[in-house]
Amino acid sequence: MTTHYLVLSALLFAIGGVGVLVRRNAIVVFMCVELMLNACNLAFVTFARQNGNLDGQVIAFFVMIVAAAEVVIGLAIIVTIFRTRRSASVDDASLLKY
Amino acid sequence: MGESITFWVLAVVSVAAALGLVFSRRAVYSALMLGVVMFSLAVLYAVQDAPFLAAVQIIVYTGAVMMLFLFVLMLVGVDSSDSLVETIRGQRFWAIVAGLGFAVLLGLGIGNAALTAPVGLADANAGGNVPALAALIFTRHVFAFEVTSALLITAALGAMVLAHRERTEPKPTQKDLSRARFVLFGQTGKNPAPLPGPGTYAQHNAIDMPAMLPDGTVSPLSVNRVVARYEASEGKLAPEVERILQEETVSERANGNGARPHGEEDGE
Amino acid sequence: MEPAEIIQHSGGVIGASWLMIALPLLGAAILLLGGRRTDRFGHLLGVAMSVAAFVVAALAFFQLLGFAPGERRRGVSLYDLIPGITKIGLLVDPLSISFCLLITFVGSLIHIYSIGYMAHDPARRRFFAYLNLFVAAMLLLVLADNYLGLYVGWEGVGLASYLLIGFWQHKPSAATAAKKAFIVNRVGDFGLAIGIFTIFATFHSVSYAGVADGIAKGGSIPFTAIGLLLLLGACGKSAQLPLQSWLLDAMEGPTPVSALIHAATMVTAGVYLVVRSGPIFQATDTAQLVVTIVGVATLLAGAIIGTAKDDIKKALAGSTMSQIGYMMLAAGIGPAGYAFAIAHLITHGFFKADMFLGAGSVMHAMNDEVDMRKYGGLRKLMPITFVTFFIGYLAIIGFPLLSGYFTKDGIIETAVEHNAILGWLAVLGAGITGFYMSRLVFMTFFGKKRWEADAHPHESPAVMTWPLIILSVGAVVLGAFLVLGNRFMIFLAPAVGRPEELPSFAPFSPTGLVTLALVAVGAGFAWVRYGSAEVPAVAPRGSFLTTFARRDLYGDALNEALFMRPGQWLTRLAVFFDNRGIDGLVNSLAALIGGTSGRMRKVQTGFVRSYALSIFVGAAVLVGAWFVVGNL
Repeated sequence: MTTHYLVLSALLFAIGGVGVLVRRNAIVVFMCVELMLNACNLAFVTFARQNGNLDGQVIAFFVMIVAAAEVVIGLAIIVTIFRTRRSASVDDASLLKY
Repeated sequence: MGESITFWVLAVVSVAAALGLVFSRRAVYSALMLGVVMFSLAVLYAVQDAPFLAAVQIIVYTGAVMMLFLFVLMLVGVDSSDSLVETIRGQRFWAIVAGLGFAVLLGLGIGNAALTAPVGLADANAGGNVPALAALIFTRHVFAFEVTSALLITAALGAMVLAHRERTEPKPTQKDLSRARFVLFGQTGKNPAPLPGPGTYAQHNAIDMPAMLPDGTVSPLSVNRVVARYEASEGKLAPEVERILQEETVSERANGNGARPHGEEDGE
Repeated sequence: MEPAEIIQHSGGVIGASWLMIALPLLGAAILLLGGRRTDRFGHLLGVAMSVAAFVVAALAFFQLLGFAPGERRRGVSLYDLIPGITKIGLLVDPLSISFCLLITFVGSLIHIYSIGYMAHDPARRRFFAYLNLFVAAMLLLVLADNYLGLYVGWEGVGLASYLLIGFWQHKPSAATAAKKAFIVNRVGDFGLAIGIFTIFATFHSVSYAGVADGIAKGGSIPFTAIGLLLLLGACGKSAQLPLQSWLLDAMEGPTPVSALIHAATMVTAGVYLVVRSGPIFQATDTAQLVVTIVGVATLLAGAIIGTAKDDIKKALAGSTMSQIGYMMLAAGIGPAGYAFAIAHLITHGFFKADMFLGAGSVMHAMNDEVDMRKYGGLRKLMPITFVTFFIGYLAIIGFPLLSGYFTKDGIIETAVEHNAILGWLAVLGAGITGFYMSRLVFMTFFGKKRWEADAHPHESPAVMTWPLIILSVGAVVLGAFLVLGNRFMIFLAPAVGRPEELPSFAPFSPTGLVTLALVAVGAGFAWVRYGSAEVPAVAPRGSFLTTFARRDLYGDALNEALFMRPGQWLTRLAVFFDNRGIDGLVNSLAALIGGTSGRMRKVQTGFVRSYALSIFVGAAVLVGAWFVVGNL
């Protein structure tokens, strides 16, 4: 069963990655990042059971905390950008270039 | 056997939801799809002897984080639906190639790995999953745990700082606002009175019902553009509202760029 | 007879001989540092310091005479520069004291003369400061007991010469002449410096005594190399071929400067160097031969140049070159010639200074006109100048019983004895001297007036004529005093040695008669051309030979073709190489980097998703690599 869980995790991770790359709405991009984090968590939990060791679950727990903090800050940044640029598209914030 | 059924069902659901998350045009749908994925994963955690994480997943993600996402979505503009036309050349092609390659490689790697039968968490969870996790968190990982507290406080402060907007001029009082409204009325003839509420004089008590003027016609001011656009896409827009919207679009084009009704977003 | 040993001396006037250098140096320092405050008495202070130096020199001379001839080389130790290797000291011996007397006496007279000559110059104080500086440096040059001190003095007189030639630096010609003198002298000084290095490397000492000891000890010593290097230095300072080109231009300086530095004293420093380095030159026939050849070549070249110049000072400068050529010839012969070289040097110092000052007096009277074609008939208006100048003229052409007759005839006799070809060439030079000096005198003092309209010639003031009179007296008597009875040769012997057999002066010897006859022919020819005949106010075009002489025997053209143009080409080549080669390399490298980065920066699109894509592709490639490597 472990293999199945891991393959599912890899699939979700890849889908999340593609989502980050193809979507322009900053909020959706953020959601895709969350999806990738969750895929990782699934792998951690799976490995915890595989090895009979709860450390994997502890790490998944910490990942959730970090993800929560990240969402808070990330969304605040999106709100700030939206307030000044009237846009939530990540492509619009492209002034810093050649 | 029970686990297999659960897994296959949830795996199909979560992958489908993840694809929906990526490819749905509306951010709200994406958020809902993300909720589905997270819920599925919570169940999978529970199946894998991680009841505490399953609970945290539902509480933190499906509860708090998802609420935050939806909140910001509403703040930024719920009516915005992304155009899926790619503007960066080659971006989508290479993204899909990389994603597929990544998934295939990772899958092959995992498939090739020689895995023994899982040890299982029966021993580790002997005294209950939560006490066992607590023992680990408060002993071996206590330093990391304390650091996360600092991280969360910092994040909370950061969110406040970022969201806060310093006022550069004195806050307008009601008197100022009222005066400004009448000045505007004098200049452009804009009605200084408040907008009619939706549903006023309506036969139905619903948000998509425009206000009727005393002569029985629809007041354009009361038409919620977001709802109207949705209904237009569904083909359920009331004819008189549709006419008003069309007139408005024409006059807007003629004026170049007039004052936009609220809720419109750039970049459509 | 070999030179005597040097005896360390202290006390007395000789012990205080450093005052000779210190006093003029102090005068120069006061005048230069004091600035305008010293304007009122500057010239008097300069004269006083020079005269004081002369008094010290005279007293030292008389103290020196008190010693037995074998004890007349007195060393005065001053300072231990590098303990055990170089002691800085002075050497007061017959040779150096002769120079001291000449420099301070003629120098003082010229100082006095300059009071009148420079009376109207606003920068007279600065002029006297430089003159004092020159006197101090020249005395250091001749008094030093080692080559290092000599070199310091050598460079000091070079500096003073540079400053004084360019004294009227507002004239571009003067500034250029000063620079030319300095640069040409650099070539000679370079040779002298290397010569001194070689001496130090060979003998581990730079003192004259140390060199003499080293030669006595024997061993392999590169005499010829040292000799030729020293000769190069001497050629630079004494305007000998091939470094002669600066002297004619140096006449741009004020006339007293030409008299003191570029006729009487500084330009003779080369002769002093050769005589002082006698022990080295006597050990190498090659170097001695080269010295004599240089002397003869220069005496002929100078004489030829002198025949064609219309500028009175340049004609005199050619004559100076020529006379120093005689001295060089004598100095190259060895101990037999040393006394005649120095004796001619001293008498030449008198009569040439006399003539230069006379020329200055004429110029003073003629609104600073130097073209002899615009003189003529001045003898009645300027009697004192004319008489003194004429005495100087008779002395230089070797008129019997005047100074030049004794000293120059001595040189010619010795040279004929030493090397017949060179000797008879020197006789020929004497004939040319007779021509060009007569031409000069006839064009200036005889014939019709060819003055400019605004010229009002008048005799110069007493402060200028008295030095002329004193110098002309010297020009009359000094030669006989020094040469008759070999007085000077015997006096000089402790310092430079002398031949075992003293030459006997035979009046009207065959060589002397031939010389006199040639001089008479030259003077007669000059009378025919310039005395009795009309002198055209504008120089006729003349033959090829005239042009050749007028253009200084194409010396400048030669220098230009051989050194200046190749130098310019080299510079241009270096500039080209720098611009195209080095700058090109650097610039193209910069352009390459700039162009590359200009293209590469397009990667920075500003789209976060592009960056994320590259990260993601990178991660995928890493997984692939891990997968491949893990399966190897």
